[in-house]
Amino acid sequence: MIDRRLIQNFDWLLLLLTCAIMTVGLATLYSALFSGGEVHSAVLKRQLYWLGTGLLVMILIFSIDYQWFERFAYPAYVVGILLLVAVLIFGKTVSGSKRWIDLGLVVAQPSELMKPLLVIALARFFARQEKRGGYRIRELWLPALMILLPVALVVMEPDLGTAALLLAIAVSVILFVGVKPSSLMLLGGFALGCLPLLWFLMKGYQRQRILTLLDPGRDPLGAGYHIIQSKIAVGSGKFWGKGFLQGTQGQLRFIPEHHTDFIFTVLAEEWGFVGSMLLLALFLCFLLRCLNVARRSRDQFGTLLAFGTTAIVFWHVVVNVAMVLGMLPVVGIPLPLVSYGGSSAVATLTCVGVLLNVSMRKFVFQK
Amino acid sequence: MIGQNSSSINGERLRFQVVVYLVVSVFVVLLLRLWFLQIIKGESYRHLSENNRIRLEDVPPTRGIIYDRNGRILVDNRPAFKLALVPADVRDMEHTLGKLGRILQVEKPELEEKVQSAPRGAPFRPILLSRDMNRDQVAAVETHRFNLPGVMVQIEPRRSYEMPSFAAHLIGYLGEIEEAQLKDKRHQGYKLGDYLGKYGVEMEWEEELKGVRGGRQVEADAVGRQLSVLREVAPEPGHNLVLTLDTQLQLRAENALKGKSGAIIAMDPTTGDILAMASSPAFDQNQFVRGFTAGEWQAIVDNPLHPLENKAIQGQYPLGSTFKPVVAAAGLASGLINPETTFTCNGEYQLGNQVYRCWKKRGHGKIALHQALVQSCDIYFYQLGQKLGIDIMSEYAHRFRLGSRTLIRLNNEAGGLVPTAQWKLRRFGVPWQKGEDLVTAIGQGFLLATPMQMAVLYAAIANGGKFLKPRVVLRVEDPDGGVIKNVNPEILGNLNLNPGTISFLQDALEGAVNELHGTGRAAQMRGRLRTIKVAGKTGTAQVVRTAEDVEEEGDENETPYEYRDHAWFVAYAPADEPEIVVVALVEHGGHGGSAAAPLVREVMEEYFRNRPPVQEAKLGPAASR
Repeated sequence: MIDRRLIQNFDWLLLLLTCAIMTVGLATLYSALFSGGEVHSAVLKRQLYWLGTGLLVMILIFSIDYQWFERFAYPAYVVGILLLVAVLIFGKTVSGSKRWIDLGLVVAQPSELMKPLLVIALARFFARQEKRGGYRIRELWLPALMILLPVALVVMEPDLGTAALLLAIAVSVILFVGVKPSSLMLLGGFALGCLPLLWFLMKGYQRQRILTLLDPGRDPLGAGYHIIQSKIAVGSGKFWGKGFLQGTQGQLRFIPEHHTDFIFTVLAEEWGFVGSMLLLALFLCFLLRCLNVARRSRDQFGTLLAFGTTAIVFWHVVVNVAMVLGMLPVVGIPLPLVSYGGSSAVATLTCVGVLLNVSMRKFVFQK
Repeated sequence: MIGQNSSSINGERLRFQVVVYLVVSVFVVLLLRLWFLQIIKGESYRHLSENNRIRLEDVPPTRGIIYDRNGRILVDNRPAFKLALVPADVRDMEHTLGKLGRILQVEKPELEEKVQSAPRGAPFRPILLSRDMNRDQVAAVETHRFNLPGVMVQIEPRRSYEMPSFAAHLIGYLGEIEEAQLKDKRHQGYKLGDYLGKYGVEMEWEEELKGVRGGRQVEADAVGRQLSVLREVAPEPGHNLVLTLDTQLQLRAENALKGKSGAIIAMDPTTGDILAMASSPAFDQNQFVRGFTAGEWQAIVDNPLHPLENKAIQGQYPLGSTFKPVVAAAGLASGLINPETTFTCNGEYQLGNQVYRCWKKRGHGKIALHQALVQSCDIYFYQLGQKLGIDIMSEYAHRFRLGSRTLIRLNNEAGGLVPTAQWKLRRFGVPWQKGEDLVTAIGQGFLLATPMQMAVLYAAIANGGKFLKPRVVLRVEDPDGGVIKNVNPEILGNLNLNPGTISFLQDALEGAVNELHGTGRAAQMRGRLRTIKVAGKTGTAQVVRTAEDVEEEGDENETPYEYRDHAWFVAYAPADEPEIVVVALVEHGGHGGSAAAPLVREVMEEYFRNRPPVQEAKLGPAASR
């Protein structure tokens, strides 16, 4: 039953790039977990286990024709929403917010799952009603609802970083399908107009949080401290870096979360500008390859699906690196395939699976 | 799709091109930023990473000061010198710990253990070795500073209780936060090693007192010396509290209890202000801040007189005759007796084959309610109790708010116990006995109350029926003395008795102190204060039923301590316009009239001797500060 062309069309380069990033990630994680001559091997093993699981999920994902995704786009979206509601009710509270839910076998973050599900749902919506010359506002109320519902639920967790990311991904897709210039300006104006309103709706501590996000200097003992330490770590790497396992900032635990959200500092410190550039180049090649998949897809759904999936990875990489380099406020966004974390690893490899899926089936319709 | 026209395909190609440009340019921006950090500023960051360490230091807030009602400082803060060690900066741990051990005069293994038990993987987090060094120790550490890299001396505010053991139970003390408390949501923002209120006002007003922690980013060199403070968030001091306590009165109450076990409460029956609350034996709160040696702690825990218990609100005692006014009110209000109803007392009363005695062996003869209260005749109340039965008595006991907490804002308040027939059956599986009606009517048996409940009860008789919530804190102030919150007097309920009944009780209580055969004559004030009439009631609460076995007089000192009766006296003054209610309870003190009434008198005399002119008293301490 397996079409020979499926294998012919398999995007080996994309898989290779994925594996390359994973390898760099594991090496960096090894170094991040290295302290006083010992490696915290339990964490490393868990990460290997998660990457393995992610690869299995990836294989599963690309073996199913993505037409099925289109068919089940909405039910899957509803399941995602239900999980987000469930996490608010039954979720585990970790440092003040409910993000995790115990699914029996694993503890997972439904907000991670929501990103691909939202992309699939949007792709289906826009694939079915193509519009020349862009959409008008009144044609966008349904996707707007589809986007704002999960965003609002994630805001309630509260996880403002992930909510913003969801929004960025969805907006990327909408801008890609095209909005009439006049409508676009109107929407942009409306969004700007909403900001003060949102401000007044927020509680005091939430405002404080936003202010801190905008200006880390407001919180020199929390986020501001992370930023300074992060910049020292990155900067001290200079051109060639201090060498593998030779970093001091990360290993001396100046940097909190240095094996999760701030892992890029470890790489930058030990491998310097050369190493950082290499990883960024790998990510850039990966993303361009992904866009290529989107461009060459056989149908509009495939294009949008691949594009949206690419947007997920893109925003994660950019927000994380920009945060570590002190260009964006500190938000809890991991670096895909490099940061330690099960949900992130599986979610990213799921994305890769989707992209491989679309690329494999680009010519099937000619059969 | 097939059939797509070329313009659409071109449009899509254009769109992808734009996307590619955008993605590439974002990455170029990131790369430029990396270039800036790693190449242009790389050298200075490398220098920072190698030579200097930036770390976070907490700046603890100063805890609120506690004043008495006249603005006198009761609890303050003093600077304390802490010694801490940053493991990552220590060159030779052996040598350093040895030296510090000699300076601090502790064994080296003890310090080693502290270093070992610190969380691993945080070599820059200071480990606390001493909380409170004395001057010599500070000087010694500073002298050897250069041979002791990684050792730091920090100054921290430390709680200081100005008068050792003064109002210890009311003010309470601080203690280090426990790990279980840290996990509790209510204690968000606390860190291991923080102090928080664990008893009394310090505990109940923790939120107001604690303040907000500050912190600073400190740049230190490789030896751990502080080079500069990069950023600082100033701590916010806690709010100050002005207590209702009157220092002079409190000292007098504590003095009166010296060598005894028991409690004295002085309360304003118009506002509920606690003017004095003493529980004896007490403890030195400073010891809780300093830390105990194992022996000291054991001595406190093993003390049979329970110094840590606040007997004023935690101690539950049989009421003895101080309960009689409640029974009298029940009799009058239920209409079963009137003031003229008489019973005959010939020293004993028989019910079934049990004989119940009056405290006065010869008996009181034919007696009406007023004299029965004045002379505290047991036989009268046996018969009244028999008429009323337990259920009516307990109904009235509840009306007088026995059996429920007074809601004073202090921890561990007990609610006492008001028995009913049903309660006894449920609790013991034994039905209520007729004889127990009699015993309950004179405040014995299962009935239990705290001195605080009695103060509130007698305050209600004194003020015409209002139950006041005891008030411990007058107001909360900011560090500059501005009022943040006034704690207003609160009326929790009303007695709902007809005014005649209340004034009958008031007359009887006045009689008990001032009439010829009154049991509370020892509470009369002396000298020029003699004109101020006291009204009150004695109580002698049996610990074990000794009526049959022990002779009435002359045997008190032969009874073993733990079998001696508790002595009560509850009073208010001036009888016609009450300003103060005083309760004294002396555990195993013997007779209320002889053991407790003089203590009440002492406190009252102190109060009236220093009493400011009436108007100023009503204005409160603001005028005098």
